[in-house]
Amino acid sequence: MSARLAEHIACVPPSGIRKFFDIVSEMKDAISLGVGEPDFVTPWAYSDAAIYSMRAGHTHYTSNWGLIELRRAINEYQRERFGLEYQPENEILVTVGASEGIDLALRAIVNPGDEVLVPDPSYVSYAPGVRFSHGVCVPVPTRAENGFRVTAQDVKAHITPKTKAIILPYPNNPTGAVMPEGELRALAAVLRESGVIVISDEIYAELTYAGTHHSIAAIEGMRDNTIVLNGFSKAFAMTGWRMGWACAPKDIMESMFKIHQYTMLCAPTAGQYAALEALRSNAASGYADVQKMVRAYDRRRRFLVKALGDVGLSCFEPLGAFYAFPSIAGTGLSSDAFCEALLYDQKVAAVPGTAFGQGGEGHIRLSYATSLDKIEEAVRRMGRFLEKQKQQSGGD
Amino acid sequence: MLSRLDIDILEILQQDARTPIHAIAAQCGVSQTEAAEAIARLENSGVILRYPAMINWDKVDRDSVEALIEVRVTPQRDEGFDVIAERIYRFEEVSSVYLMSGAYDLMVLVKGRTIKELALFVSEKLSTLEHVLSTATHFVLKKYKVDGVIVSGPSQDDRLQVSP
Repeated sequence: MSARLAEHIACVPPSGIRKFFDIVSEMKDAISLGVGEPDFVTPWAYSDAAIYSMRAGHTHYTSNWGLIELRRAINEYQRERFGLEYQPENEILVTVGASEGIDLALRAIVNPGDEVLVPDPSYVSYAPGVRFSHGVCVPVPTRAENGFRVTAQDVKAHITPKTKAIILPYPNNPTGAVMPEGELRALAAVLRESGVIVISDEIYAELTYAGTHHSIAAIEGMRDNTIVLNGFSKAFAMTGWRMGWACAPKDIMESMFKIHQYTMLCAPTAGQYAALEALRSNAASGYADVQKMVRAYDRRRRFLVKALGDVGLSCFEPLGAFYAFPSIAGTGLSSDAFCEALLYDQKVAAVPGTAFGQGGEGHIRLSYATSLDKIEEAVRRMGRFLEKQKQQSGGD
Repeated sequence: MLSRLDIDILEILQQDARTPIHAIAAQCGVSQTEAAEAIARLENSGVILRYPAMINWDKVDRDSVEALIEVRVTPQRDEGFDVIAERIYRFEEVSSVYLMSGAYDLMVLVKGRTIKELALFVSEKLSTLEHVLSTATHFVLKKYKVDGVIVSGPSQDDRLQVSP
């Protein structure tokens, strides 16, 4: 390892998605179910609000915290939708995407050698984030038979005196799992007892298809031990704006704020105006934009899960986010080999489950944030691919 | 009262009237029979009127012109606007007729092959109708968006092909 580089950064392996990205971008007529962002364009009213803000000359820094109107609107939003309440003045921070929130949360609380529990499989940034903050990432395996929910028993079994925090990423990318209220309560009981801090990444909260999202911070006694991360990317189709927020009790927020203040200064001003419009117009319309997108995802979700079953891929029913996570174990191929062969043979891009942790082996992630035509054609091609596989293994 | 299933089906068909029944059923999480029955109900009750294609005639090499005509009329006792509206919408040239609030009463959309043809329709047929007080004709120069569809096509999907 080069002496020029910081060891704790250089030792983090590159993303498992990179290879597929490189192949797909060179390939013509590939269909990608590997896209982790909405296919909807940002509703025009939000973009228009940003354009107007620039025309009005709002092109300067905002408060480090973000616009106070936006923080108030975030508080109203969370109170109405998830029963959460924070002080807009010193407990809500506007961040550059929920991604910045992950970094701030970890750096604010992790001391060198501290352990951070991360359900496995989960979003790709958590483990590197823990290592960037000199912590130790401890995967907590989740399983298809439990609907990929993290159980209170499993968490308890992984808690040691060094455990500082747990990342709770539900609805989950890549599995589409959600945590029902009952299981959150059981988990909360274990966490309250141990004093482990929860980093609750709720970026997919609105994309919940059976019932509504429950935040662990809304459970009695959990608010003061929880950092809530959320953002505008998924629910409001605003990925490219990089707008998110973090909520935490005052003492933790003070540390998170310090990092944000010195490294980011503030979230982009035009984006803050777009975000404010997103919250205001949806509060006024009964979340019409959000509902419209959620219903479209829901229909594609049902379609994809059924289509996968029809071509013989078993898939636990995802109830959140916009991913299905079918098992490909029956083919005898590893996730990585399956995705590579599928891509070269049928020009369909999927993401191997192992990109999200070892717990993803035997699964692939398929995004249904794409048009129905493409989903249908992609699954048809997957069916052909599976037929071929079957014949090959039968002929051996 | 329409059910959640009905609304789902209407939204799917409005997006693409040619969506096959198996795809409608799968998206709604019901059997094909249930979906087909719901569609038949919606057709029979007049909720679904027709399944037309949306055509960009500007791309077709033949003369066509459209105009929007504001019509002021004298409503008739006992009949209101309905009878005069019918006398207007029966003409083949007329593609849509709406009763409006505001400065005029009926908005009449007409289609023809040439401006002259439409001008004749207005001067000889429409404005001479009994109870029509006045007309104001506006010719369509360019269509940007029709019934929720942007004519120049949807914006390109420029997302990264694979992202976490």
